[in-house]
Amino acid sequence: MSSQLLFPDYEILRDPSRCIKCRVCERQCANEVHRYDEGLDLMLSDEERCVDCQRCVMLCPTRALKIRETEQVFRPNANWRAQTIKEVYRQAESGAVLLSSMGNPEPLPVYWDKILVNASQVTNPSIDPLREPMETKVYLGKKPGLIERNSDGTMKTEMTPQLELKLPVMFSAMSFGSISYNAHKSLALAATELGTYYNTGEGGLHEDFYQYGKNTIVQVASGRFGVHKGYLEAGAAIEIKMGQGAKPGIGGHLPGTKIVGEVSRTRMIPEGSDAISPAPHHDIYSIEDLRQLVYSLKEATNYTKPVIVKVAAVHNIAAIASGIARSGADIIAIDGFRGGTGAAPTRIRDNVGIPIELALASVDERLRDEGIRNNVSLVVGGSIRSSSDVVKAIALGADACYIATAALLAMGCHLCRTCQTGKCNWGIATQRPELVKRLNPEVAYPRLVNLLTAWDHEIKELMGGMGINSIEALRGNRLMLRGVGLNEKELSILGIAHAGE
Amino acid sequence: MKRVYVNEQWCLGCHLCEYNCAFANSGKRDMASALMNIKIRPNIRVEEDGKVCFAVSCRHCDEPFCVTNCITGALTKKDGVITIDKTKCVGCYTCVLSCPYGCVTPTEQGVMQKCELCTANGGTPKCVLGCPNKAIVFEER
Repeated sequence: MSSQLLFPDYEILRDPSRCIKCRVCERQCANEVHRYDEGLDLMLSDEERCVDCQRCVMLCPTRALKIRETEQVFRPNANWRAQTIKEVYRQAESGAVLLSSMGNPEPLPVYWDKILVNASQVTNPSIDPLREPMETKVYLGKKPGLIERNSDGTMKTEMTPQLELKLPVMFSAMSFGSISYNAHKSLALAATELGTYYNTGEGGLHEDFYQYGKNTIVQVASGRFGVHKGYLEAGAAIEIKMGQGAKPGIGGHLPGTKIVGEVSRTRMIPEGSDAISPAPHHDIYSIEDLRQLVYSLKEATNYTKPVIVKVAAVHNIAAIASGIARSGADIIAIDGFRGGTGAAPTRIRDNVGIPIELALASVDERLRDEGIRNNVSLVVGGSIRSSSDVVKAIALGADACYIATAALLAMGCHLCRTCQTGKCNWGIATQRPELVKRLNPEVAYPRLVNLLTAWDHEIKELMGGMGINSIEALRGNRLMLRGVGLNEKELSILGIAHAGE
Repeated sequence: MKRVYVNEQWCLGCHLCEYNCAFANSGKRDMASALMNIKIRPNIRVEEDGKVCFAVSCRHCDEPFCVTNCITGALTKKDGVITIDKTKCVGCYTCVLSCPYGCVTPTEQGVMQKCELCTANGGTPKCVLGCPNKAIVFEER
């Protein structure tokens, strides 16, 4: 860890007039930053190890601790930023690919923040969601294009399988292995109480969680970890993961140190072996191949469950989505370049993929132009941060949103972005038993429920303001959106007018 | 009646309960000034052995040996809570010897102290309020 060329990123400030040497910080830090020196009768810190997860700060009973970015600076240089210089030093030392976690932190444009939502004034009444009915329930799946009738003239009412969401937000895929048993349990309990879904990710489904199957989406990814008939039948829907927003075009690698006990059993691989998900599915090299997998999964589950195909937002996403919509998939999930991850090569995370806002707008438009929008529902993720992001996504054409980073934050994550070390002090992205137990699902799951309940209230308020009382009437309603500070090209891709127009 | 119970499954061994207890019984307004540079004597203690840990405080037993054995009548049980009258305690340590949980301990003054469920500190025990992982709960069972 120590280096002759690097200085610590953070400084730990301990207020001696407040520190009572209770050593809570020392016991809570898996990075072993804090230590008590008996000779000096003082708490000392090894700042080099600090990742700024703030566990010690939050648990310090006298608020004696503060962590701040170091004041130590390189000579200012707009081209060679401190981060860039440090990364060169690190690679010169290790000879290795840089690894990072969670979403892209670079200052690239966030289009949600440049889109504003409409409200009713004078000529059309707004609606008060506290006094009038307001519908945020969503059904995901293929919708019939035509009304079909039986020979006796009665209407055919049989639908392909649908997912019913009480609110247009689901928890997106995070595997058991990348996150802890307790984190998975919290998501499962919250999804059940909220009437929405959580997603197993590619690590299989722990046997304890089969009971939450009605609110579970089971994922089939390129590694096929933990996939068997019982698993496919356990969930409400099956998701084929072709790509992930944080690392489009590459697979996954869960180190052997995380493949312990239950994770190994659930993934159906030996303890200590690395879990490597190949970059492609080795049986999918075309839309026709994808169609085969979609129908294999439907066949395996007797056509009772919708199939989702998840792809990362990349340059030709509209054409890709058009292909998926014709592959027999019921739902397309698109993950934007800000989506999180438990570990990804830094260069890929920060430089590959496109913003979800632009991907969503172009996919929705392409599918409508081709008359196949009703073949599929669209779910988008990749940094949906608030209820207003959800409302904007739906107005741009999404049926529902996937959230994961926001869900982790609700459980206590402080976005220190070092999940890859497996030493999560908040008990989320770790498999070490003494850390996993720090996340009590009885504490975490009500927080998830609270978060989405609050978002649902806000979505209703925003819809009411626009005079819309059903989420169906908001979907693809781009007239409700205006751009600020966007150029003509961006506005035309988003399909919205500029503010003032 | 409500008691303090411990879910060892969720105890992190952070020892915050001990400091919250010591602060609650210090009578001071600020934790830093109450606990600075002293060896705390909390009424709840975290027992640890490798990876197992849990907090132990007075069980307020149905048949409390400390109360029956107290030679001066300083320890009494009323409404389910065992309390100590420090003016009556002579520091004979009989209660310390008889408590199977090690939950009666001497104060610096020589008289004994024990958990009184924060009845004198405004209700809900402070160890419970301060536990970051709901490992200590105050409930009916």
